[in-house]
This record gives sequence, structure tokens and C-alpha cells, in this order.
Amino acid sequence: MARARTAGFHVTGSALAVLFLLPMLWTLYSSVNGRRAADGEPGWGLDNYQRLADYGSGVGTYLANTLVVAVVAVAVTVVTTTLGGYALARLRFPGHNLLFIVTLAILMVPYTTILVPLYILLGWIGLQNSLVGLGLVLAMFQLPFGLFMMRSSFEALPRELEEAALIDGCTLGGALWRVLLRGVLPAVVTVGLFSFLSAWNEFVAPLIFLTDGAKFTLPVALFNLQSGSLGSVDFEALQAGVVTSALPCVVVFLLLQRHYVRGFTSGALKG
Amino acid sequence: MATVTRTLPPAPTRPTPPRRRRPTIAGARRRLGILYASPMALLVVVLFVVPLVLMVWMSFNHWPLLGASAPNGVENYSALRDPLFLRAVVFTVKYTVVTTVVLGLVAFGLALLVQESRPGVGVYRTALFLPSVVGLASTSLLFYGLFNTEASPLNELVRYLGLGVVDWLGSTDNALASTVGMITWRFAGFYMLILMTGLQGIDPILYEAARADGANRWQILWRVTLPLLRPTLALTMVLSLTGSLLAFDQFFILTGGRHETATVVISVYREAFLSQDLGRAAAVSVAILAVLIVVNGAQLRLLRRGR
Repeated sequence: MARARTAGFHVTGSALAVLFLLPMLWTLYSSVNGRRAADGEPGWGLDNYQRLADYGSGVGTYLANTLVVAVVAVAVTVVTTTLGGYALARLRFPGHNLLFIVTLAILMVPYTTILVPLYILLGWIGLQNSLVGLGLVLAMFQLPFGLFMMRSSFEALPRELEEAALIDGCTLGGALWRVLLRGVLPAVVTVGLFSFLSAWNEFVAPLIFLTDGAKFTLPVALFNLQSGSLGSVDFEALQAGVVTSALPCVVVFLLLQRHYVRGFTSGALKG
Repeated sequence: MATVTRTLPPAPTRPTPPRRRRPTIAGARRRLGILYASPMALLVVVLFVVPLVLMVWMSFNHWPLLGASAPNGVENYSALRDPLFLRAVVFTVKYTVVTTVVLGLVAFGLALLVQESRPGVGVYRTALFLPSVVGLASTSLLFYGLFNTEASPLNELVRYLGLGVVDWLGSTDNALASTVGMITWRFAGFYMLILMTGLQGIDPILYEAARADGANRWQILWRVTLPLLRPTLALTMVLSLTGSLLAFDQFFILTGGRHETATVVISVYREAFLSQDLGRAAAVSVAILAVLIVVNGAQLRLLRRGR
């Protein structure tokens, strides 16, 4: 009976796993196999990736743009929420409650609704059509999660740790750098990972903010590849593009899976 | 920061340090707090608070994409009576209800399957979750290929079953069903993980007690699991409802957001960047924001009552 149930579990589990992985495996397969992948002959080849590389300003440019946006978003999210989380957990200053509440309120305001005023605002401060401006906006949307994670990680560290560092002659800032940061490193990785995935994959914000074709991020460039040529979509190059865009996320996730799940179980998402 | 070091008592010799110094340390902490919090505060004010205020201001102005703006009262809010917008509202609500139900049921089933830790379960969890790390835009492009390529496994299967050629994105209903299927594939693992965390938080003793009292599996599910899972269920519902009401990428890419499948956010995008009327777009945004705050508020209340 128990053995039958275990067998049933594995049959169901494998069937579902295959079902969920199939679309991705098919894309990977059809990006390197077929007539258009291999000089017009049925077989294997990288022609689809070649055509993708030559599309528009070149897939290299789009990848670099996406990377710039993701790096800016991750760096800004991590630095601001680490400093801010420490300040809110350990340092009392006027307005700390207000700052916490307003930052969490970002969650209540669905971000697509403020994209239009953000578009105008970025124009005012000279960051329209700018990868840095886009990275800053995407970092802002990550602040509630990041602040929540960092604040609770700092609160979870024993106070004695900081006191010991101070007694040993550290400044407050030095205690943060040399001692506390080690303790919250897992949370920093989690915040960075969430920020990376969301910035790398973002579609609406770059679609609105970036007007210059050479500055497009990968998702927007691929959308243009799909919608720009009515009637004759190069499906094979599109598959190659989907693989190029998804692969970094899959790899980063598989490497840092533990940290991702920590983000869920830490209570940040339990409300 | 160097001053902090100097004002620190050199050793914990309690009675000697003069009382005056304590407020200096508190002052240093306060200054450091302001210093450390300021980058985040700056980001929040410039990129969140100001745009929020600006959005309300824009909604009361004639604000073309290019050119000067001028106040025009509540005229922009007539965008809410536009038949195309109303159609988008109806479609979005329909999509939201279908998605939330289908996605919720599938994710709950998956969570029940993978909640217990036994050999091999980690592999299944990872496989089921993997679609969730692929971006929604990439997912939509992937499925656009899957739906439109004759030799894709999906179309092969349909042919094998003798159903002929299916126009997956043709009629409004087909497009809706196909999109819900795709969204379920993309998000089921994500919600599975949340629900699994909730399931694992239930004390196993309660199951044992129910079994000892002679409850069968259905009774345990209805009387023990579901009531205790209510906070988690409410959370997944908040996320799913908000996410679906704001749907953009999937329809914009799969159907080009043509009129019958335009969502509310697609109509905001149209007002702003095709009709080039940012004032009307802002008015619609204000309305969406108001509705979502009410919806979220109601759901959070439900969430809290469930605790």
C-alpha cells in the first residue's frame, strides 16, 4: 500500500515535471534544430542565433543594456535597503516610522499606474530614455520587499554583536561594515536575487521609458522582433531570443535557489 | 563618524562617565540614522511620492505627450465612460476571475503533492517552480511560438487527437483560454511555493488528532487544512487578483491587445502613447489606484480576520 502510494507520487510528479519543463525544452530544441537553424538542411546549427545577433542593433547591445539596467537596479536596491534597514532596525531618528510606512505603501500602489507620471518626471530630471533612470525606477519598486527583509535581518542579529564591536573600538559605521554585514549577508543575496530577476525581465517600464532603439532591453527588442515584421515573424530567431533571455535567470535561480526560498519563508511574503 | 569614537566611554567603568555624554551618543545615532536612511528616503520621495502627487495633478490637466499642459477640470475623467475602456474593464474582470480560480486550484493541487518531504520531492519542486523565473514577456513570446508554430508539441498533440487546426489566439474566448493556460504554467509553481509554506506551517498533531477521531481525507481537508490555511489562501488571492487586474504583457504580446482582448492597463497605455493624451491616462490611473486600494484593503482585512 505504502509502496503503491510512493509509486503513484513519482508517476504524478514526473508527469507534471515533464509537462512544466516541456515548453522550455521545446524552445531550446527548436532554437538549434531545423532547416533555419542549419543552412536550410534539416539538422542542428546556430543560424538562428546568428540572425538574432544581427537583428536591429545586435543582440549584444540589447544584452548589455539589460545588464546595465539590472546592475543599477540590484546595486541601488541592495545599498539603499541595507543602509535603510540598518537605520530602521538600530538607529532611532525622527521620521523613521513615516519612512517605513511610506516605503511599504509602494506595495499598495500598483506600479503600472504611476508609470505615466514617472515618464514625465524622468524627463524633468533628464533621465528619460536612460538605462540608469530605468534601473532607478525598478530599484524603487523593490524597496518594500528589500527594506522588510533587511530590517528584520538586522533585528534578528544579537545586539551584543554590535556592542562588542563598539567596545573593541569600532565606530558605528565600522561595526556595520565589519561585523553586522556578515550576519545579514544571506538577506542581501536574497534581496539582490529578487531585484535581478525582476529588472532583467521587466517589460512595460522599458517599453515606455526607452524611446531610442539602440537602448532597448532584451524583452523589448524581442517584442519588436515579434511584432515589428507583420506576417513574417522569424519564429526561429525568436526562440533563440527567448532562450537567451531566459537562460541567465534559470542559471542564477538554480545556483541561488536556497536564497530564493528563504525570501518566501522569511515571512516577508506571508503578509 | 570620528567624533563617535571619541565620545565613546573607553572602558565599561560605569560610575565615571559624565552624564552629558549619553545624549551625544544618542545624537550621533540619530545623525547616522538620518544619513543611512537618506538614500532610500530620496528614492522613495523622488520616484514614488512625487509621481503619485503628479499623477493626481495631471489627471486635472489637459496634458498632451508633447507640448504645454493646461488645467481642464474633471474633463479627463470622461475617459472612464469611453465604451472601449468599459469593454476593457469587463474583459479584465472576466480574465481575473477565471485566472484566480484556475491558478488557485492548480497551485493548491501541486502544493498538496509536494508538501511532504520525501526522496525526490526537491526535484519536482524545482521543475514545477522553474517557469516562474522566466520573465512574463519571454514566456509570452515562447507561447506565441508554441501556439503559432505548426510543428510545436502543442499543435502536434492536437493533430494527434484529431482536433485539426486550432486557432489558439483567434477568437476572444480562445485567446482568453490560451492566455489563462499560459499564465497557469508560468505562475502555478510560484503560488505552489507560497501555499506549501502555509501547509508546512500546520501542526501535524492536528492531522493525527483528526485521524484518531475517525475523520477521512476529505473531512481533514475541509475541516482542518483549509480553515488553517486561510491566511495563506487570502494572500495568494490578493497577489493573484492584483496581478491579473493589472495584466499587460501577456495580452500585449499574444494578441497585440486588439480591442476585444485589451486590458485596463493596455487602455491606459493606448491613451498615453497612442492617443498621446497623458491627462486622460492619468485620470484612468487614478481610478485604477482607487479601486485597487479598496480591493486590497478589503482583502487584507479578510487576511487579518483569518489569523
